[in-house]
Amino acid sequence: MARSLPSKPIPAASSDPRREVTLTVNGETLTRSVSPRMLLSDFIRHELGLTGTHVGCEHGVCGCCTVLIDGRAGRSCLTLAVQAEGAEIRTIESVARPDGTLHPVQQAFMECHALQCGFCTPGFVMAILSYLEETPQPDLSEDAIREVLSGNLCRCTGYKNIVRAFRRAVELRDARATGGG
Amino acid sequence: MSTRQFGAPVQRNADPALLRGEGAFIDDIPLAGALHAAFVRSAHARARIRSIDTRAARANPDVVAVYTADDIGALDAPLPLLIPHPSITAGGKTQRPLARDEVFYAGQCIAMVVAVDRYTAEDACEAIAVDYEPLPVELDLEKAVADGAPLVHDDIPNNVAAHFIQESGDADAAFARAEHVTTVKVRLERSTAAPLECRAIAARWDRVTGELMVWDGTQAPIAVRGGLASVFGIDEDNVRVVAPNVGGGFGQKIMMFHPDEILVPLAAMELDRPVKYIEDRVENFIGASQERAQIHEITLAALKDGTVLGLRDSFLHDTGAFIPYGIAVAQVSSTSVAGPYRIPGIWVEFKAVYTPCVQVTPYRGCGRPQACFAIERAMDQLADELGIDRFELRRRNFIAPDEFPYRREGLLFADGLAVNYDSGEYAQALDRIVGEIDLPAFRAEQAEARAEGRYLGFGLGFYVEATGLGPYEGGRVKLHPITGKVYVTTGLTDQGQGHGTVFAQIVADQVGCAPADVVFVGGDTQAQPWGVATFASRAAVVSGNAIHKAALRARAQIVQAAANMLEVEQDEIELRDGGAWIRGGNRSVSLAEVATATNPLRYAFNESSKTATQFAPASRHDGPPLAEGTHPGIEESDYFSPPHATWAYGVHAAIVEFDPETCAIDIRRYVCVHDCGTIINPMIVDGQVMGGIGQGIGGAFYERCAYSEDGAPLAASFMDFLMPYATEVPDAELIHTETPSPLNPLGIKGVGEAGTIPVSQVLASALEDAFQPFGIAPVRESPLSPSMIHALLREARARPA
Ligand code: FES
Ligand code: FES
Repeated sequence: MARSLPSKPIPAASSDPRREVTLTVNGETLTRSVSPRMLLSDFIRHELGLTGTHVGCEHGVCGCCTVLIDGRAGRSCLTLAVQAEGAEIRTIESVARPDGTLHPVQQAFMECHALQCGFCTPGFVMAILSYLEETPQPDLSEDAIREVLSGNLCRCTGYKNIVRAFRRAVELRDARATGGG
Repeated sequence: MSTRQFGAPVQRNADPALLRGEGAFIDDIPLAGALHAAFVRSAHARARIRSIDTRAARANPDVVAVYTADDIGALDAPLPLLIPHPSITAGGKTQRPLARDEVFYAGQCIAMVVAVDRYTAEDACEAIAVDYEPLPVELDLEKAVADGAPLVHDDIPNNVAAHFIQESGDADAAFARAEHVTTVKVRLERSTAAPLECRAIAARWDRVTGELMVWDGTQAPIAVRGGLASVFGIDEDNVRVVAPNVGGGFGQKIMMFHPDEILVPLAAMELDRPVKYIEDRVENFIGASQERAQIHEITLAALKDGTVLGLRDSFLHDTGAFIPYGIAVAQVSSTSVAGPYRIPGIWVEFKAVYTPCVQVTPYRGCGRPQACFAIERAMDQLADELGIDRFELRRRNFIAPDEFPYRREGLLFADGLAVNYDSGEYAQALDRIVGEIDLPAFRAEQAEARAEGRYLGFGLGFYVEATGLGPYEGGRVKLHPITGKVYVTTGLTDQGQGHGTVFAQIVADQVGCAPADVVFVGGDTQAQPWGVATFASRAAVVSGNAIHKAALRARAQIVQAAANMLEVEQDEIELRDGGAWIRGGNRSVSLAEVATATNPLRYAFNESSKTATQFAPASRHDGPPLAEGTHPGIEESDYFSPPHATWAYGVHAAIVEFDPETCAIDIRRYVCVHDCGTIINPMIVDGQVMGGIGQGIGGAFYERCAYSEDGAPLAASFMDFLMPYATEVPDAELIHTETPSPLNPLGIKGVGEAGTIPVSQVLASALEDAFQPFGIAPVRESPLSPSMIHALLREARARPA
C-alpha cells in the first residue's frame, strides 16, 4: 500500500460536551471529564482501564457488567458515568488481595470449575459478593441459591458448578474467619 | 513416578487471571489511538436499495471514514463459500462485505462508519439515509420451495440452495419387507449460539514493517490469517492473527468471513490507525449467524418385534439468505439421523432452502439436535404403536459392541469420509440410566401423583456424535531454559473449554512436571502457523494427540540429555517432580538445567544456568558443539491426523411435572450418561456436558429466533430471546462411561457438543408421557412454550372423547 498522508486531521476525542464527575473507584477518589452520555461500564473499562467489568448486552439482562455501587450490586451498563457522581464503586479488580490471593468467592469458583470462558464471571462474583455482604448467613438450599444467581446469565456452565461454588464460598469464608484458611 | 495427571480433575491454570478480572478479551486490549467502527444494517429482509446518502455522516468532524460498497474497491465481491459441494445449486450465494444494490436479510451490513469513538460512529450510522424498495418475502420453508414463492435470489429457482440424496444399504428392500411402517413429521425453529461475549475484532497496521496485526474473537485464527493475506495480497508471514480470551463461541465464531473481519483490517490499513469493532448484542442477534431450523419427515420400516429395517428421511434445511458454510449443517443432520441403531437400509434427502434471514452456520450440535429429535421421536412413536417398551425397542436395535467398526457405506459425513462408528457400548449406557431412574418406582409415583391431580412424565433420548474430525492439528512442546516451565503450543483456540489444562495434563505425564508448570499458547498464528481450528468437538482429540506425540519425543530428548548429564544409562532415568532422577536414588537434574544444558550457547542468567555447568555435557559427541542432525534445547513438534471421526454417544433421561393450569413444566430430575472415550479431566468433561445441557434446555423451551412474516427479526435482545438463568436449568446428574476410541493413541473422543444434542427430544418424550391422561397430540416441535402446550391441551379438550 502506497504511503500517503492522512486525508484530514483526526480529532483526539469526540466533540461531545463534557462534564466533570468525581467518584470513588476501588477506594481511590478521582475526577474525570466525560461525555454526559458515557455509560458507567464504558467509563470503568475504557477511561479507567479496569477491563474486568464486562459488557454482554448493554440492556440490563446479562449481569456481566455488575459492579458494586455504594455497596449494592448494580448494572454499570444501565448507569451513566455522570450519574455515579459521589458514588463509591467497587469492581472485580478490588476483590482479590493486592498480592493476588483470591477472595473466597473467587477461590470457590476456581475449585468448583464454575467458570469456562470467564466472560460472565466477574459479574457473578460481584453479585455474590454483594449478596453475602448483605446476607452473611444465606439460605444454602438449592432453590435459594439459584434465586440469588438469577440476575446473571452464563452461556457456558449450565450453572451447576456456580451453585456449588456459592456453597463453597460460604465454607471458605467461614474457614478464613476462624483462621482455618 | 508422580501421580498420573491424565484422568485427574486438575484445576485450570487460566482461572485466577479470569477471576481477578485480568482476562484479555479483545475489547480489553489497549490500542493507543484506536478508532471505532459501527455498521448501518438493513431495516428490511429483502429490498432493493435505491440510494444511500452518506453526506451528513461524512460531514461530521469526528467521523474519520464512511465505507459503502462503492468505497471498498476489489473487496466489493461475494465473500468465499468456505466448503463448496456438488449438491449446491450453481452459483451458491454468499454475502458481500457491504450490500450492493439490494439486501437479503434484515441486519445485513450496508455501510461502515469509522469514528473517534463508538458513540459517534453510531450517531453517524443514524445519519446515513438508505432508501429501500421492499420486496416480497416468504419465510415458511415449505412455502418457500413451492412454485411461485418470492425468491431470495432471482436466479435460484424455488429457493433451493442445495439438494442432496444419500443412501446406505437398500432402503427400498427394507420397506418391502416391513411389517409396520411409521412416519413422524417434526419441526425445529431457529436458534443461535449467543456467546456472552459478542463477536469482536481489532486490527493494527504497521506501515513501517508491513505487518498486519489482527485480534479476532474467532475459533479459526489460522484460516483467518490465510484469508486476510490473500485478500490484501500480503505475505502470510506478515499477517498475525491472535484469538486472545474469547467469551464463548459455540460455533458462531468458526464462521469466516463476517464482513467486519475484512473491513476492519481494511480501515486500519487505509487510515493508518488501529481500528476496533465490538459487535453489540442486537447485532449479534440480527447479523452474526443462526441455526437449527429444519422440517423432517422421517419414516421407519420395522418388523413386529421392533427390529428397524429401514429409514427414509426427507428434510428441509433453512440456510438463511446465504450458504457460506456449504451444506455442512444439513449433511451432519443427514448422516447422524440413524443414531445408534443398526438400520441397514437408509435413504436421506435434504433441500437447503434460502430464506431472507441471517445466514446459517454451525451452532453447538451442528445439525445433530435436529437429527436426534427426528429419529428419537420416531422411535418413541414406533415403540408405542408396536406396544414395546421404549427402552426395549432401542435395545433391540442398537449396534452391538462386537459389530464395531460399523460402517454406513454410502453415507458421507461432513468431512467427506464414510460414516464409520468406531466403538460403543450402547446397551450398557441404557442399562446405566434405567438403573439410575428406577422405572418401576417412578411408575408407581406417577400413578399416585395422577390420583392427586399432578402429572409426571418420564422421557429419554439417545444420541451419537461424530467428533474429532481431521484433517490434522499440530503440537509443540518446549522446555524454557530459564524457568524450566514447559510451553505447549497448538494452532487452535480456546473459548473457555479448558484445552490448556487438558493439554497440560497430557504433557505433564510425559515430562514429569506439574500441570501448573505447563504454559499453554494457542490461537496465535505466530506461535503456531499450522493447524485447523476449534470446532466439531475436535480440540482434545486432534490437538491432544498431536501434543501427546510431541511430548513423547520431548520426553525421549530429556531422558537422553539427563542420562548424559548424570552419567548413567537412559533406562536408569525417571522423570518426575520437575526433574530427571536416577531411579531409586536422590540425584537429579531439573528440567530448567536440562533445557539450559542442551543449548550450546548459554549465558549465566540465573541459578539453573550456573548449576547446569556442574553436570557432564548433555550431549556426547565429537565435533562442533551442535551435533549433526540435532537442534538446540528441548523443543519437539508433531502432528496428528485422525483416520476419520470418532463417535461419542450418550443417553439422557428426565422426569418432569406438568401443571395443566399454567402449562408450566418443572424438570424434577435430569440424568445424563455419556461416553467420550477415555477421559482426560472429569471436572472439565462434566463442565462441558452440563453447559451443553443448559443450552439444550434453552433450546427446548425458551430460545427462539422468531421472525415476523415480513422478515423482521423479533428476537433481537435478551428480552425476547430468553436465555435460561440458573432458575431454569436443572441440576443434572452426570454419569460417565469410558469406551476408548481405537482411532487415536489416547483413546479419546470429543465432548464439546454432546450435552446439547438430545435435550429437546428428552423433554418432548417426558412431556408426552405426562400428557397421557389428557389425550394431547404428540410433541412434534422444538422449542416448546407454555402457550404452545396450552394450545395442544385446548385442542385435546375440544376433541370429542
Ligand atoms: S451488560 Fe449490563 S446487564 Fe448485560
Ligand atoms: S463462563 Fe462463559 S458465559 Fe459463563
